Amino acid sequence: MIGDWLDIGPVDQIAPGHARTLPVRGGEEIAVFRTLNSEFHAIVNQCPHKQGPLSQGIVHGGVVTCPLHGWNISLKTGEALGDDEGCVPVIPLRVDAGRIYLLRSAVIGKRATAA
Amino acid sequence: MNAPITIEGPSGTPDNRERLVVIGNGMAGCRAVEEILARDPARYAITIFGAEPRVNYNRIMLSPVLAGEKSFDEIVINPAEWYAENAITLVSGDPVTRIDRATQTVIAGSGRAEPYDRLVIATGSDPFIIPVPGKDLDGVVTFRDLDDVDKMLAAAEQGGTAVVIGGGLLGLEAAHGLNLRGMEVTVIHLMPTLMERQLDEAAGWLLKSELERRGQTILTGANTEEIIGKDGKVAGVRLKDGTEIAADIVVMAVGIRPAIGLAKEAGLDVERGIMVDDHMVTSDPAVMAVGECVQHRGTCYGLVAPLWDMCRALADAACDAPSGYEGSVTSTKLKVSGIDLFSAGDFSGGDGAEDIVMRDAARGVYKRVVVKDNRLVGAVLYGDTADGSWYFDLLRKGEDVSDIREALIFGQAFASGGALADPNSAVAALSDDAEICGCNGVSKARVVATIKQGACSLDAVRSQCKASASCGSCTGLVESLLALTLGDEVQEGVKTLCKCTTFSHADVRRLIREKQLKALPEVLQELHWSTPDGCAHCRPALNYYLLCEWPGEYQDDQQSRFVNERMHANIQKDGTYSVVPRMWGGITNPTELRAIADVVEKFNAPMVKVTGGQRLDIFGIKKEDLPAVWADLNAAGMVSGHAYGKALRTVKTCVGSEWCRFGTQDSTGLGVKLERMTWGSWMPHKFKIAVSGCPRNCAEATIKDFGVICVDSGYELHVGGNGGIKVRVTDLLCKAATEAETMEICAAFVQLYREEAWYLERTAPWIERVGLEYVKAALFDDPDKVKRLAARFRHSQQFMQDDPWAERAAGKHAELHQHLAEVRPFQMETV
Repeated sequence: MIGDWLDIGPVDQIAPGHARTLPVRGGEEIAVFRTLNSEFHAIVNQCPHKQGPLSQGIVHGGVVTCPLHGWNISLKTGEALGDDEGCVPVIPLRVDAGRIYLLRSAVIGKRATAA
Repeated sequence: MNAPITIEGPSGTPDNRERLVVIGNGMAGCRAVEEILARDPARYAITIFGAEPRVNYNRIMLSPVLAGEKSFDEIVINPAEWYAENAITLVSGDPVTRIDRATQTVIAGSGRAEPYDRLVIATGSDPFIIPVPGKDLDGVVTFRDLDDVDKMLAAAEQGGTAVVIGGGLLGLEAAHGLNLRGMEVTVIHLMPTLMERQLDEAAGWLLKSELERRGQTILTGANTEEIIGKDGKVAGVRLKDGTEIAADIVVMAVGIRPAIGLAKEAGLDVERGIMVDDHMVTSDPAVMAVGECVQHRGTCYGLVAPLWDMCRALADAACDAPSGYEGSVTSTKLKVSGIDLFSAGDFSGGDGAEDIVMRDAARGVYKRVVVKDNRLVGAVLYGDTADGSWYFDLLRKGEDVSDIREALIFGQAFASGGALADPNSAVAALSDDAEICGCNGVSKARVVATIKQGACSLDAVRSQCKASASCGSCTGLVESLLALTLGDEVQEGVKTLCKCTTFSHADVRRLIREKQLKALPEVLQELHWSTPDGCAHCRPALNYYLLCEWPGEYQDDQQSRFVNERMHANIQKDGTYSVVPRMWGGITNPTELRAIADVVEKFNAPMVKVTGGQRLDIFGIKKEDLPAVWADLNAAGMVSGHAYGKALRTVKTCVGSEWCRFGTQDSTGLGVKLERMTWGSWMPHKFKIAVSGCPRNCAEATIKDFGVICVDSGYELHVGGNGGIKVRVTDLLCKAATEAETMEICAAFVQLYREEAWYLERTAPWIERVGLEYVKAALFDDPDKVKRLAARFRHSQQFMQDDPWAERAAGKHAELHQHLAEVRPFQMETV
């Protein structure tokens, strides 16, 4: 089962309310978030609006606000919230014994799409 | 009581019953046996192995034993008689060392071999020991069994100091017990929030404040580096940041791990825990497992409640009436007397999930329930947990709560109260002399009278009778009274700071000052924020207000900073950054120009541009290269230009009397002095200064936030200009005779703006809002006002004028600039 999951290191690499990035060769860069409640989420690091780096946004609740134009993106579903429409791919993530794992098959080859 | 005991079941009689062996004499093992006996008492010949040399006791009650609230005898679940009465053989103090599945036999440390037809593994969990130097020293204990409690009690008798590593449930209960036993206790917690798995930031902050009030020292965000020993015994703890804390005993309570060693060696399927199906059967049909050692549907549980459900399913299966276990929803209560705290379910928020928050600062209450698809999915309660079981019940049953949605947060009594479920009718039912606002002693009759006299908005009520003008906890009541009295004629009040609060910017600033609020979670709690941790609008505003109000005291919250201020560079549309080094007054020299040219070449910056503020802007720098770029610029003597901040941006100058045939004063010299005085200060919005050497105004000082026009007789000082979307020419503030006077008035004006404008309000709209006359009065009414404001500005600047680039170049917050790792598909296939 571990074979399906890619170990990307210990949870304490990411401070609460922050995100770190994971470039993927031949794929889209992934942003791994840790909310203020220490929930972890991984999404493609591109806002569906103008491809802003979501990893650099302000995190509040389960939402990140894109630093370029202030779109609010749900970290759980990747959906844009409010009146904006669009979706960014979510990479299944699990935390086990203090380490973060991403679903291997989801790590490569996804692109943000505007609705 | 601590001597090994063996209670032998009846022997000698021929017995053709199935043999059931249980490994683990803890809560899970014994409960499983109880459940089986309740279904079919005659079916099995039962043997229980226990590692601890005593009968079965209630492990979760160890905290009250440590705290002196209970004795061991009071927490025994099954006394020796129970084993005898039920003909159970108890082998305690002789732990099982091996399971031989081929011959269906378990072997204990003494060599005793016990054959089984059916085996139940209930080995529970082991405390997790963090692998730091000194972990094996005498005096380092865990908090898992009665022996640990005995060691802690022995240490407490000597008095002295204790360090508890781990601010989770177990750690805090240990700390509480040791504190009550008279020790000086420090809790070290790696995370920024206590009990972060059960509590959100708001509740965690309340808990921390209460524990500190009780005399414990709580260090959050603290990483243990080493346990220091002296003569083989523990002497203290050193943190990664170098802090050392003396300790006579160190309690390691960072977490637990399922005890899977036996099962793994026996070749059973294990991951984090022993893998079981819904009937608690492992990969071997003759072997079952239950409790904290198992992993069921991907989850390992560390709490007691799931045990009861698991044991029922196990007994049903063991007695041939399989029912199946489907996982548990868990809830948590902290067993620290006088602290009411409850948490259950999922309160991480997010999609489709809606938070309902109620805060009552006066009573120290924080309640948050999370509703999703009309169902309650999570709850965190602090200070008032009376409704915890009601919420937990709603949560487990998954009942539709849409009918009681409005009143849900007020609890069961209110929500089930029929007509009272409508908050307005509840308020209508209050008597005229009922007190609405406790802070200002305003009755219902007085609020209604105020409304009838023309106060048609919340804000009008606040200003006319003071109801809801202090802590705001009665805002909902006042709003109900407005709705009841005026119906649809209620007017919206002034704009609130954001959707998370009913307070305006001005209210928030005033209350931060009046209530001496000095931390972000404190503001959210005391001012009854309606969201658990604010939003992208209020967090940066509050961070600024706190920073401005408490210079040198408030610790800047990076998480509340907009990306540019967090990265100290300007983000561009492609996600790269631009970097602007400071050039004092717009003056540069060959060394600086060479360093900039070198940086451009070294980091392949695609563009360098002269800015409107007389600086050089280097474009296209990657976030991971920023510290190296800054190091190179620092080496040439340049510091951050703050082109990215709500801060002093630039002081633009013309060449002035030194070169220009029209110049009247040394405008470049004054510009450099002004910039040296004001750089680094955070403001409500960006702030630009210019100094022109004569009224021809080549430095465009009349569209700046603060502009100086030099004339023969001195200096004309202008304020409130803006060259942005809406061009606004400055207003003349006053004339100054000397450079020194100009500097003093500039410092005072900046400070007035910092203290009174709203976050994201430039000086132009601020002056339009409050009026130039107000600004003049605030500065010049009293001869001391300029002096006092300027002094406050200088005090604040002491803490601001450290180059943020230098500390980043030296490695601070390196994680903000580095990737976690890089994924290369080839490696993915081979890992």
